[in-house]
Amino acid sequence: MSISAELAHESPPLSAERYAALIEGLRAIVSTAALLTTAEAMKPFECDGLSAIKRMPAVVVLPETIEQVQAVLKLCHRLAIPVVARGAGTGLSGGALPSIDGVLLSLAKFKSILHIDATNRTARVQPGVRNLAISEAAAPYGLYYAPDPSSQIACTIGGNVAENSGGVHCLKYGLTVHNVLEVTFITIEGEIITIGGAALDSAGFDLLAVMSGSEGMLGIMVEILVRLLPVPETAKVVMAAFDSLENAGQAVANIIAAGIIPAGLEMMDNNAIRAAEAFVHAGYPVDATAILLCELDGTAEEVTELLGEVEAVLQRSGATGLWIAKNDEERIRFWAGRKAAFPAVGRLSPDYYCMDGTIPRRQLASVLQQIDAMSKKYQLEVANVFHAGDGNLHPLILFDANKPGELDRAEEFGMSILTLCVAVGGSVTGEHGIGVEKLKPMCAQFAADELEHFFALKAAFDPAGLLNPGKAVPTLQRCAEFGAMHVHHNHLPHPDLPRF
Amino acid sequence: MTSLEQDLTPALTATVVEAFANATPLMIQGSGSKAFYGRATHGQPLDLAGHSGILEYEPAELVLTARAGTPLKHIEHILAQAGQMLPFEPPHFGDPQSTGGTLGGAVAAGLSGPARPWQGAVRDAVLGVTVLSGEGKVLHFGGKVMKNVAGYDVSRLMVGALGTLGVLLEVSIRVLPIARVQQTQIIPMSASQALAHLAEWNRSPLPINGASFHDDALHIRLAGAHSAVHKAALRIGGDTQEPTAATHYWQALRDHHLPFFQAKTGNLWRVALPLTAPIAALPLARQLIDWGGQQRWLWLDNLSDAAKIRPQAQAAGGHATLFCAATGNSMAPFSPLPAPLLALQQRVKASLDPKGLFNRGRLYPEL
Ligand SMILES: Cc1cc2nc3c(=O)[nH]c(=O)nc-3n(C[C@H](O)[C@H](O)[C@H](O)COP(=O)(O)OP(=O)(O)OC[C@H]3O[C@@H](n4cnc5c(N)ncnc54)[C@H](O)[C@@H]3O)c2cc1C
Repeated sequence: MSISAELAHESPPLSAERYAALIEGLRAIVSTAALLTTAEAMKPFECDGLSAIKRMPAVVVLPETIEQVQAVLKLCHRLAIPVVARGAGTGLSGGALPSIDGVLLSLAKFKSILHIDATNRTARVQPGVRNLAISEAAAPYGLYYAPDPSSQIACTIGGNVAENSGGVHCLKYGLTVHNVLEVTFITIEGEIITIGGAALDSAGFDLLAVMSGSEGMLGIMVEILVRLLPVPETAKVVMAAFDSLENAGQAVANIIAAGIIPAGLEMMDNNAIRAAEAFVHAGYPVDATAILLCELDGTAEEVTELLGEVEAVLQRSGATGLWIAKNDEERIRFWAGRKAAFPAVGRLSPDYYCMDGTIPRRQLASVLQQIDAMSKKYQLEVANVFHAGDGNLHPLILFDANKPGELDRAEEFGMSILTLCVAVGGSVTGEHGIGVEKLKPMCAQFAADELEHFFALKAAFDPAGLLNPGKAVPTLQRCAEFGAMHVHHNHLPHPDLPRF
Repeated sequence: MTSLEQDLTPALTATVVEAFANATPLMIQGSGSKAFYGRATHGQPLDLAGHSGILEYEPAELVLTARAGTPLKHIEHILAQAGQMLPFEPPHFGDPQSTGGTLGGAVAAGLSGPARPWQGAVRDAVLGVTVLSGEGKVLHFGGKVMKNVAGYDVSRLMVGALGTLGVLLEVSIRVLPIARVQQTQIIPMSASQALAHLAEWNRSPLPINGASFHDDALHIRLAGAHSAVHKAALRIGGDTQEPTAATHYWQALRDHHLPFFQAKTGNLWRVALPLTAPIAALPLARQLIDWGGQQRWLWLDNLSDAAKIRPQAQAAGGHATLFCAATGNSMAPFSPLPAPLLALQQRVKASLDPKGLFNRGRLYPEL
C-alpha cells in the first residue's frame, strides 16, 4: 500500500461546529490577512518537499508575535485541535504535511535576525529565518553558520532544528544539534520555555538535544540561538575518479584512517555523475564508476600540507584520475555538480524519489551493489549521491508517476533500501527525518518497547498529542498493519511486534 | 579485580525488574570517581563497574562502542593505539593511579575537559546508547553511525542526567584523530588581558583546542597540521612549553590535579558563561579560567558570595554549579530551574523511569 493510500483513512475533517469555534477563536487572535481559509489560499501549504503526498488543513495561520503563537496554541489546546508547524516547507519526509482536522501554523513571518554577537560567535534568530540568511548576516564579521543543507537558500532555521538537518560540511562541523545553543519554544498549553543558554551547557536534562530532530511534535520554536564559526582562511577541493565502488569506499576509509577530517567528503555514482555533468558541466569524468569530492579548509599552509597527503592517499587507493580545483571558481563548479544533483536527476525523469539512510562506511560498496540489484528487481533506475564522510546515503529513484504502479514500486524500492540500511547497522534517516514517509521503516529500526518510550517522551511535552500527530513515530498498531519486521542490530527479521 | 570483558546485562536487568516490582530505589555506581558530584542519593547499590568491554571499534568508522563500566583509561589506550581520542577529554577525577572512571560515568556526569569549546562536549560525541529503563527493559536508541535522527534523541538526553533517566549499558561514541602536532604557548598577563585576548582570538580561525588562565599566565594549546600550529604560535606569542610538561599540564587541568584545585578550602564552583561575561563582583585571584573563558572555576569560602554567584551567572546568560561543597554547606549543587521547566523535566523523568527508581534526587530533589 502506498504512503498516500495509508494516509487516506486518517481523521475526518472538523465538524462544522468545531470549525466555526476555531475560526472565531483565531479571528480574535490574528488579523484576517494572517488567516487563510479558502482552498485557493491554502493550496501552497498542502504539502512540503515530499510533494507526492498532499492534504489540506482546516485553516492556515500566520502569526507574527510570540503572544499570538501562545494564544493560537492555547485555543487549539482548549478545542483539542491538532497543530502542524511549518517553516519553508522544504522538508522531504512530509513533516509539515497538514492535518485535515487541524491548524497549519506557519512561522514564515518570524524572520528577524535579532542579534549577532561577534565576540561570542552567536546569532539570535527567529525560527523563520532562512539558513543562508544567517551566514549572510554573519559574513561582515568573518563568521558563518556551519550546517549547510543543499536547500539552504530556502529552508528555515526552525525547520533545520526540527529535522536536525545536515549538509556537505557536517563531517567536520556537525549537524544542527551541534550548532544550536538555546531554543525558546511554546508548549501546546501556551507556556513559554527556554532550554539551553548562551553558555556551553545548562542545568538539568539536555532537552535541547531532544528538541533537535523532534519534527514539530514537542513544541513550537519561536527563538533560536545558534553558534557561528570563523570563516576558514581558505578551502580547496580535490576530485578523484574510481573505476570501482570498492576502491572509492576504501579511499574514504583511508583518508579518515590517515587522521584527516575533511570539511566535506562526498561521493557520486556513475548515474549521478552523468546527470550532474549534463546539467551543470562541472567537468566531471562521465565514464568513472564513482567520484569523490574532498574539501579541505583551514589556513593556506595547512590546506596545502593536507592536500598533498590526501592526494597520496587517493592515489594509493586506486584513483584513476585526480583533479585539484585550480581556483575558487573551479572549486565552486566542482561543488555545483554535487549540489545540483537532485534537480539534475530530476531532468532525466518525470519524477524522482529522494531517499535518505545511513550506513557504517565500510558497508558502502556492498550496499551500493545491493541497491543496484534492487534497481533491476523493481525495474527503476537509481542514481546515488552520498555524504560519504558520515555514511549518509541519498539514492534517487527515478520513476514516472503517470505510469500505473510506478509510484508504488518506487516507494517499495525506497523502503527496501532503508530496511537494508538498518540491517547493516545504520539508520532509516540521516537528515531528512521520518515525517509520514518513513513510519514503516521505523518499525524495522525500533522494537515495540522503544517506540512506546518515544510516545511516553512525547506525552511529557504534549500529553494530548495535538502537535503534529501521526508523524515521526509509528504506533504499534501501525507497525503490525505494515507487517514490518524489526531488524535492529543485524538480527534477521523476527516478528516481535504485537499484533492487534 | 574484574575482567575487562564481562556482560552483566542479564543480572542488571533482573535487579531492575525486581526493583520495579518492589519500588526499590537504586543507586547506580560506576567506579565512584564522581561520587562527590551532585546531591546525595540513596538506594540499593547497582554496580556497573564490572559491566565492561569494548564491543566494536573500527578506527576508519570513527566510532567506538563499549559497555558502560569500561574504564576510560582502557578506552583511551585502545584509541591512542590507532591515533585517536575521545574528543571531549573526559576528566579522570581521583587518584591518578586509578582506572580514571568509567565510560558510563563520564556520559552520565556529562563533564568535558579542556578541548570542549573546540571539539564538542560529551553529548556531541554520543551517537547511541543501550539503556535499562525504569521498568527493566533493555532499549536501544540512536546508533553507531554519525547521523541518527530517527525518533527522539534519547541518547543525548542521558548525557549529564547523572543516571536519573536509566541505567546506561552500552554507549557508542564518535571519536577523533589525535592532532598531528600539539603545542602549548604560555603567555604571562593579567586576567582581564587574558579575557580580551581570548575574545579576539575567538573570532579568528586559529587552531586552538585548549585555553586556560590562572596564576597570571594564559596557556594556549594549539593542535592541527604542523604548518597551522606553527603559524598560530607566532601570532599569539609567548613561550612554548616543553611537550611532556604540556601534556601533563592539560591532564592536570582536566583531572583537577593542578595546585589550584588542590586547595580544598571552601566550596568549588563551576560557572559556565559566555566568553565575554565579566564576573566583576567575584574575587579574580581565586579564579581559574578554562574553555577559552567559557568555564570558570572559583573557590568561595563565604556563603554570602555563594549566594551572589547564581544570579550573576544567570544574568550573564550562564549558570553556576556548586561542584564540590565544603562539609556543612547544604546549598543545592545545580542551578534551580524555572517552574515550568522543572515540571517538564519531572514528566520527562517519569516517562523513562515511572517509579523514580534511579538515583533519586541526585540532580534535583524532584527528579
Ligand atoms: C532540494 C532540497 C535539498 C535538500 N537538501 C538537504 C540537505 O542537504 N540536508 C538536509 O538535512 N536536508 C535537506 N533538505 C530537506 C529540508 O530542506 C530540511 O529538512 C529543512 O531543514 C526543512 O526546513 P523547512 O524550513 O523547509 O521546514 P519545513 O519543511 O517547513 O518543516 C520541517 C519540520 O519542521 C517542523 N517545524 C518547522 N518549523 C518549526 C518550528 N518553528 N517549531 C517547531 N517545528 C517546526 C515542521 O512541523 C516539520 O515537521 C533538502 C530539501 C530540498 C527540497
